[in-house]
Amino acid sequence: MHLSRILVGGVALLALAMPATAGTLKWGASRDISSLDPYSYGDSFALGVLNHAYEGLVRYDRNLKIEPALATSWEIVSPTTWRFKLREGVKFHNGADFTAEDVQASLKRASDPKSPLRGNIPAYKGSRVIDAHTIEIDVSAHYPLLPNDLTTIYIFDAGWLKDNNAEAPTDVGSGSEGYATYNENGTGPFKVESRQPDAKTVFTKFDGWWDKTEHNIDRIELTPIASPATRVAALLAGDIDFTDQAPVQDLPRLAASPEVKVLEGTDLRTVMIGFSQRDQLLSGAANPMKDLRVRQAMQLAIDLDLINKKVMRGKSRNAGALVAPQIPGYDAALDTPVKADPEKAKALLKEAGAEGFEFEFNCADSLVNEEQICQAVASMWSRVGLKPKLDQGTRAVQTPKRSAGKVDVYTLGWATLPMLDTYSLTSQVLHTKEGSFGIFNWGGWSDKEFDKVTEASAVELDQTKRLAMEAQSLKIAKEHALMIPLHQQPLAWATTAKIKDFPLFSDNLPRLWLVKM
Amino acid sequence: MIAFLVKRVGNAILVMLTVAFFAFLIFRFLGDPVEMMVNESATQVERDELRSRLGLNDGFLVQYLRFVTNAAQGQFGLSWRNQQNVITLIGERFPATFELVIIATILSLAIGIPLGVFTAIGRGRWWAEGLQFSSIVGVSLPSFFVGIILILAFSVSLGWLPGYGRGEVVQLGWWSTGLLTPSGRAAIVLPALSLSLFQITLVMRLVRAEMLEILRADFIKFARARGVKRRALWFRHALKNCLMPVVTLTAMQVGNLIAFALVTETVFQWPGMGMLFMQAVTFVDIPVMAAYLCIVSFIFVTLNTFVDIAYAVIDPRLRAA
Repeated sequence: MHLSRILVGGVALLALAMPATAGTLKWGASRDISSLDPYSYGDSFALGVLNHAYEGLVRYDRNLKIEPALATSWEIVSPTTWRFKLREGVKFHNGADFTAEDVQASLKRASDPKSPLRGNIPAYKGSRVIDAHTIEIDVSAHYPLLPNDLTTIYIFDAGWLKDNNAEAPTDVGSGSEGYATYNENGTGPFKVESRQPDAKTVFTKFDGWWDKTEHNIDRIELTPIASPATRVAALLAGDIDFTDQAPVQDLPRLAASPEVKVLEGTDLRTVMIGFSQRDQLLSGAANPMKDLRVRQAMQLAIDLDLINKKVMRGKSRNAGALVAPQIPGYDAALDTPVKADPEKAKALLKEAGAEGFEFEFNCADSLVNEEQICQAVASMWSRVGLKPKLDQGTRAVQTPKRSAGKVDVYTLGWATLPMLDTYSLTSQVLHTKEGSFGIFNWGGWSDKEFDKVTEASAVELDQTKRLAMEAQSLKIAKEHALMIPLHQQPLAWATTAKIKDFPLFSDNLPRLWLVKM
Repeated sequence: MIAFLVKRVGNAILVMLTVAFFAFLIFRFLGDPVEMMVNESATQVERDELRSRLGLNDGFLVQYLRFVTNAAQGQFGLSWRNQQNVITLIGERFPATFELVIIATILSLAIGIPLGVFTAIGRGRWWAEGLQFSSIVGVSLPSFFVGIILILAFSVSLGWLPGYGRGEVVQLGWWSTGLLTPSGRAAIVLPALSLSLFQITLVMRLVRAEMLEILRADFIKFARARGVKRRALWFRHALKNCLMPVVTLTAMQVGNLIAFALVTETVFQWPGMGMLFMQAVTFVDIPVMAAYLCIVSFIFVTLNTFVDIAYAVIDPRLRAA
């Protein structure tokens, strides 16, 4: 009698408890966001997470095309001025109304000399409030990519920034903390309920969101789980519902579990190999890689199929072009992967008189299976008689050598984030290193014709003409075998079976406001 | 006695200064923090500006002296990655690590001592020798491996215990505890077990060796002749006499456990100081690494100093030393 009553009571309690937990999505990420302040650390992952609470004037839609968010429309009023019409009736999480003042204060904060996000809006010069819901933004030149840049400039509430003395970004050098590091006040679909760094950040649904709610999530719990084995175990045990970093080697096992769904795709990030174009190699010897035939030979020596099969377990996509198919400016005609031909490679090397030269191969650790890729490529080069010396290290160790130009051959992964346009690659990786151009042109390549086409594409406002110009830049790069494209990295997310609809994004940023549980 | 104390404290400060010195010597080989901090599209000028603002262009001696001067005034600066006060950051993580270490210590004593007694009194029997042999496994298995095996067994296959995190925590002032909630208590079991495995074997072997010696002592023989019950003999009279070295060992090992917790915390995503340090290493977050190393060496030094003082109190001959 008593026992049954307790049981019934227990079941009733359980039934009561159930609705509270339904609608909670537990997200197990591979790392934590460093701060709640979107202008704190130039990091795509953190910006992606914070996009659930903060929004920009524009955003990417399901197909990674620009769509209106806090702005409803925009027009170019003079070559260097853009006018944005802002959405009316938008509320911040603290109840304040969204106006043009907020946009101005946010742009000022993002472009502050101490802001780590300043590089995301290179062309920004200033802004003018026209009325409560209209703002004009000045750019330094014709610049068609301003909306792309604005996708990561999230909008703060001007009054909130002022009240909390957070109008300038936090400067770690100064030693004083910032209010926005711990507190959040955006316009997004979710608001931050609590945060314990490295343990749990809880987002709850914001009922006053301006957009049509497509998701049915009440609560998001973001938990970083750094160890891949632990993350996989947590997913199999049902302790988390979703991870945006399912380890490639565990995919077959995850897919075999009836409780887990694996979402696979290819990332936008293209992995490539670059060459030094300086007169001398690090060893002091003359640089044979200035000869096109040598670069071509090195490309012919690499067996992409073998890398795909053995190193990437068939999950990568062999590439012929330097950008992924989703990126504007991509040209399918350029995207034929080069077939391996070691004999021809040897012949070319002989012709160029560069047989068996020695060089350093600088490799980091930030790409998927980068170490193994480098080892495989190095042994393929050895097979045609070259003598690569592998220099492997962490990203923090290798990057200073690279940006100082102390490399012979190096790896690079480029996703064109956050701009999602070929211009990101052509201007920053392939353009001559000068001013804000060519920061990642570690090989020191310089070609007047290429620079001219690239610069012209930056100010061309006609989309069709601009994309043709970008394809032209990529063609020049391919003809010169400037960089060897290897593949687009695999992208794997995994969810528990209870999640019904989870759109996969190839920029590797989950957008949970589009998820149905 | 006062001279002794002054000397010990002086030693302690010297040790910490040395640790920080070597730390700064090593930091230069971890890479460039600026590359980790700035956005991909930052220009060279912006990078150089940030570098000089953080004082990274100075030699390591200048950086070291600046750190020591600031640290002496209680200023450890802001974490470059989290933009938070380093002391607050470490303070938030300390309770997690401390609770883990305390529970692991209790586990090691609660399991290690009885096992030690059993293997001593059953010496030569198959089960005692079997235990003794299998304890080698406990010493030789790396703790990240033990952690993953525990997760696989108890979290994935059996589904009894959570495999990561700390569960729900309760805030008691600045101290956050997971020991007051059911989910917090469940979450601590696996990491504490994984951390204590090495310690359990250590305690067990020490108790066994001490017991074997004491069981040969005259007073045991007399007690046995007098007809004292065997259980009372083992667990009251003999065990009491071999606990002194166990207590010393445990006190000294707490420091080790805090340092070793780093691996366990990474495997179990335990939000403690070790986890923070691991991330700081990846991101070349020098303020956090420097403060962590100083704090851990401080804990080591303090524990050792207390043990030394306790010995000096017991043994007057050491006071002159």
